[in-house]
Amino acid sequence: MARKAVVDRRKCAYCGACVAVCPADANELVETFLEIYDDKCTGCSICVKMCPMGALAIVEVE
Amino acid sequence: MYDVVVVGAGPAGSMAAKTAAEQGLNVLLVEKRQEIGTPVRCAEGISRESIEKFFEVDKKWIAAEVIGAKIYAPDKTEIVMSEEMAGNEVGYVLERKIFDRHVARLAARAGAEVYVKTAMVDFERRDGKVKLKLRRLGEEWEVETKILIGADGVESKIGRKAGIIRTLKLNEVESCAQYLMTGLDIDENYTYFYLGRETAPGGYAWIFPKGNGSANVGIGVLPRMAEKTAKEYLDAFIEKEGIEGKIIEFVAGAVPVYGEIETAVADNIMLAGDAAYHADPITGGGIANALSAGYYAGKVAAEAVQKNDFSASFLRRYDELWKNDFGKRLRRNKKLQLKFIDMDDAVLNKLAGAIAGKNLREMSVAAIVKELLKAHPKLLWDLKDLF
Ligand SMILES: Cc1cc2nc3c(=O)[nH]c(=O)nc-3n(C[C@H](O)[C@H](O)[C@H](O)COP(=O)(O)OP(=O)(O)OC[C@H]3O[C@@H](n4cnc5c(N)ncnc54)[C@H](O)[C@@H]3O)c2cc1C
Ligand code: SF4
Ligand code: SF4
Repeated sequence: MARKAVVDRRKCAYCGACVAVCPADANELVETFLEIYDDKCTGCSICVKMCPMGALAIVEVE
Repeated sequence: MYDVVVVGAGPAGSMAAKTAAEQGLNVLLVEKRQEIGTPVRCAEGISRESIEKFFEVDKKWIAAEVIGAKIYAPDKTEIVMSEEMAGNEVGYVLERKIFDRHVARLAARAGAEVYVKTAMVDFERRDGKVKLKLRRLGEEWEVETKILIGADGVESKIGRKAGIIRTLKLNEVESCAQYLMTGLDIDENYTYFYLGRETAPGGYAWIFPKGNGSANVGIGVLPRMAEKTAKEYLDAFIEKEGIEGKIIEFVAGAVPVYGEIETAVADNIMLAGDAAYHADPITGGGIANALSAGYYAGKVAAEAVQKNDFSASFLRRYDELWKNDFGKRLRRNKKLQLKFIDMDDAVLNKLAGAIAGKNLREMSVAAIVKELLKAHPKLLWDLKDLF
């Protein structure tokens, strides 16, 4: 089990705020959508606190 | 091979590309969005002086002109800052969708190549130059340049990869939400600022008029202090103030409130604007500094090409220029911001009460602090030498 950030694309305003604070370089604002790279994400939840929209959450994955 | 590749067509990047192209350099400006200037991530306020320094004002990209600002303490004590005479506008509220494109167009007209819907995905410094990987419509290719200007905003990957800046911590950045509202009943001659820990912990809420009963109504909060999302704070603010209007646009974003970085350069690389955390730590305003930084970066790029020297030690001329212009202000306002976020609502009310009704003619942070220092020297004693 590991903890990872996931984005709710319906809430995301593709603003890049989460990218500015991710210490693991695990996310990227690709033109008009947010991508989170599971292989880099440490599940630290910093981006979750940053998101102005409440579009991010941490989930447990296999 | 390019002389300069600029990544990001915001105010910093377009200004850098324009300036470098005007000096005769071979310039490429790369922007990942398909439309420059949208989505807007800004409340669009700027002082008249900052804009007139670089541009002939064109009504097409000015949404409104204001003569002053009104600041509200948590208990609603009002501080008014305004110019004495009518017709003496001190600030503009821009239409950045149009303004940003205007600056990009000036860069293109000066000779810069512009690629939109094109992202820089990676770069590497090798043999005294920079190899960049670009991607458009799923296709990747490489270009080479002598100088890379990172104007890629608060989400900058260039600065972090080059080791110039470190990632922002949650007390060094504001989380922001904003609505463009219409049908509002406000005096459009002023911008409005609302302070208070409950309203906007570590930040403030704002109303910036855009003419014809519309305005940017927004909020910035410091995530370290916030207990809910910026959007929730914004909705609560609108409810509490009884602001009635219709929402016709939605904005989210981040503003660095880091203060001055030690250097914005590395070998072959310069950072400008939000990418270099150039936004003001107390107001969150970043357009003016982004424009100035872009201008200086473009100038220094031309000198570097002429001298054929792209080393960090040569590019430090750029550091000197932006630091001389606004470095001290970033340092000073960072100290002020740290002080400000420590104040609870009772202290804010007390300070506002002490200077309410005073005639503040100059519209600046320094003008307020100077008045506060006269009224409450003890509360702010450690700032006295800065102002
Ligand atoms: C809600 C909010 C309100 C604000 N209000 C004000 C205000 O009233 N007044 C004020 O002065 N400032 C304000 N600011 C700050 C202001 O918006 C910024 O300081 C300013 O936009 C910085 O300009 P810039 O050119 O540095 O970066 P940006 O305008 O952010 O431009 C960066 C550009 O780089 C592009 N980019 C990023 N990565 C890549 C890549 N890899 N490849 C290609 N392109 C890339 C982005 O798409 C973007 O277009 C506000 C900010 C927010 C979030
Ligand atoms: S949880 Fe941490 S590592 Fe993962 S994307 Fe968010 S900030 Fe980055
Ligand atoms: S901070 Fe939130 S709204 Fe902004 S891009 Fe990240 S997930 Fe989307």
